[in-house]
Amino acid sequence: MITYESVTKVYGKGLNTVTALDNVSFTIPKGEVVVFLGPSGCGKTTTLRLTNRLETLTRGVITIEDQNIMDIDVVQLRQRLGYVIQAIGLFPNKTIAENIAVVPKLLHWDEERISKRVDELLEMTNLDPELYRDRYPAELSGGQQQRVGVARGLAADPNILLMDEPFGAIDPINREEIQDEFLKLQTKLKKTVAFVSHDIHEAIKMGDRIAIFEKGRLVQYDTPEVILTQPKNKFVSDFVGADRALKVLGLMRVSDIINRTPKNIIQGGDRSAEALHFLNTKDSRYGIVLEHNKPIGFVTQKSLKYEDGPVRDAVEPYPVFLREKTPLRDVLSSMLMYSTPTFCVVDDDKNFAGTVTYNDIQKAVKASYADETENVEPVETEVAS
Amino acid sequence: MSTLQFIMDNLNEVLYLSWEHIWIVGIALLIATPIGVVLGIVITKHEQFASRVLNGANILMTIPSLALFGLMLPILSMVDMGLGKVPAIIALVLYSQLPIIRNTYTAIKNVPPALVDAARGMGMSKWKLLRELEIPLAIPLIIAGLRTAAVMNIGVAAIATYIGAGGLGVYIQQGIARVYPEMIMSGAILVSLLAIVVDGGMALLERVATPEGIKVQRKLSR
Ligand SMILES: Nc1ncnc2c1ncn2[C@@H]1O[C@H](COP(=O)(O)OP(=O)(O)OP(=O)(O)O)[C@@H](O)[C@H]1O
Ligand SMILES: [Mg+2]
Repeated sequence: MITYESVTKVYGKGLNTVTALDNVSFTIPKGEVVVFLGPSGCGKTTTLRLTNRLETLTRGVITIEDQNIMDIDVVQLRQRLGYVIQAIGLFPNKTIAENIAVVPKLLHWDEERISKRVDELLEMTNLDPELYRDRYPAELSGGQQQRVGVARGLAADPNILLMDEPFGAIDPINREEIQDEFLKLQTKLKKTVAFVSHDIHEAIKMGDRIAIFEKGRLVQYDTPEVILTQPKNKFVSDFVGADRALKVLGLMRVSDIINRTPKNIIQGGDRSAEALHFLNTKDSRYGIVLEHNKPIGFVTQKSLKYEDGPVRDAVEPYPVFLREKTPLRDVLSSMLMYSTPTFCVVDDDKNFAGTVTYNDIQKAVKASYADETENVEPVETEVAS
Repeated sequence: MSTLQFIMDNLNEVLYLSWEHIWIVGIALLIATPIGVVLGIVITKHEQFASRVLNGANILMTIPSLALFGLMLPILSMVDMGLGKVPAIIALVLYSQLPIIRNTYTAIKNVPPALVDAARGMGMSKWKLLRELEIPLAIPLIIAGLRTAAVMNIGVAAIATYIGAGGLGVYIQQGIARVYPEMIMSGAILVSLLAIVVDGGMALLERVATPEGIKVQRKLSR
């Protein structure tokens, strides 16, 4: 846990002072990733550097794990806090292993423990120890260096990680990948992470909470959902962007809105006429066809009308199947791409798990904007359920 | 050819004077290096002294060597060391300061701030930072400074003959006094040769002392 109480930082003296942080108070709970977000110069880096005392507080109190940082020896404090920076900052004169070993060495770990830890961390960050241990930073790609930077921050297994735009120096594709890897690690390691970013997408993706700064002040501190759906003021809503409905969808998953018991299920072996009658009574324009509890596609009332045999002969296959953890943003995209308003969700064995419809998605978006439905046009689309 | 003949005829003396020359320059460099490197490092940590120290070293360098010997003479005479090797070595030490201090200072300043930041942020003490990062990165440039100082001092040491320091300058000085061209030429050629050899040797040292990772980095960034 990290707490910031009335933290103020003024740079410079006399007439040339800059108030980089103005009376900022918030708490980073244990085991959570908090993203510091905001435009350039709003004080994100300053907040981070105050935490490991690379800058000195002007006023206020910062504590880590209930200890005032001013009461901890500065070198010990820094060794307790993993530190990863945008410029990566790998030491060019040291091998990858030596770079990762910096803090363990400062802590006087023995050789064997260090070398085991180095290999473990390289594997954790998807770098083959055999291949990379003895190379020099210059021989690695940007993305690989960034991984080593993260490994170095994690080396002495600190409870707290300070990361200043840790994935800022790489191309978008590699960034996505390394973000995913970090999230996977984080679910295991449960570190308390202060993560600086100026990218709203990254913040939504990485943050359990987001702290939005404007000109040295903390304007909103909430979960990504709340930031997106209830931005506190125009600055925040402008910063998160006009497409925040889509961003909300990026946060929600199929499992949030899945209909596990749709009423229009028919079996592949059913006779077409019976199925048609069934759909009529359910007032459904089409049915989802299962065989051995696996969805094989769908049929419309129209297609059943001209079919004599079993339902399976009239089936149109689904272009894709959804999984429970598919983000709704991707679902919506598929719906637009294939102009199909309903998709089936399957489990690991391709068994039918439920359905998601366009209407369900729309309802979910509306619900999350409970307070400001005017932002979402109430589109009444004619779709079967 | 008669110069070569002169060298062959006086081989023992030639070797002795060369050795003396190398000895003066070597001792001076051994004394000057720790002073210059430490001063260079200190002024990176206490920036307020940097320009004063560098200007001081610069002024020392602008004093012509004969004038410097003359200036030191009354002072060192008080301890009966006005002439001979001692004033010569002191002069060489003083002259060496500018290249050594300047290169050390520049080299440490050139360490990318992000690296220093990362190191401090991970909890390295100032001392560790110097040892593990700043000095290793600065080494090539520091040695380049030593190289400049050494080559320069070989020339200055030749002049120190005039205050009785010995060395290869003896041939030049006596050759002029006796109007003995072969002797003058021998002195001049040997001093130049010595400078070239030392320059090459220091270049080699520079390469050897450069950390492996920096060499790799240079090769790849080319
Ligand atoms: N060492 C310093 N001396 C003087 N002013 C500084 C110093 N460091 C930062 N500032 C100022 O403090 C303010 C906040 O800077 P900070 O680096 O925290 O911003 P940031 O949010 O990290 O921005 P960016 O996204 O550009 O990294 C800026 O106005 C900056 O100019
Ligand atoms: Mg910053």
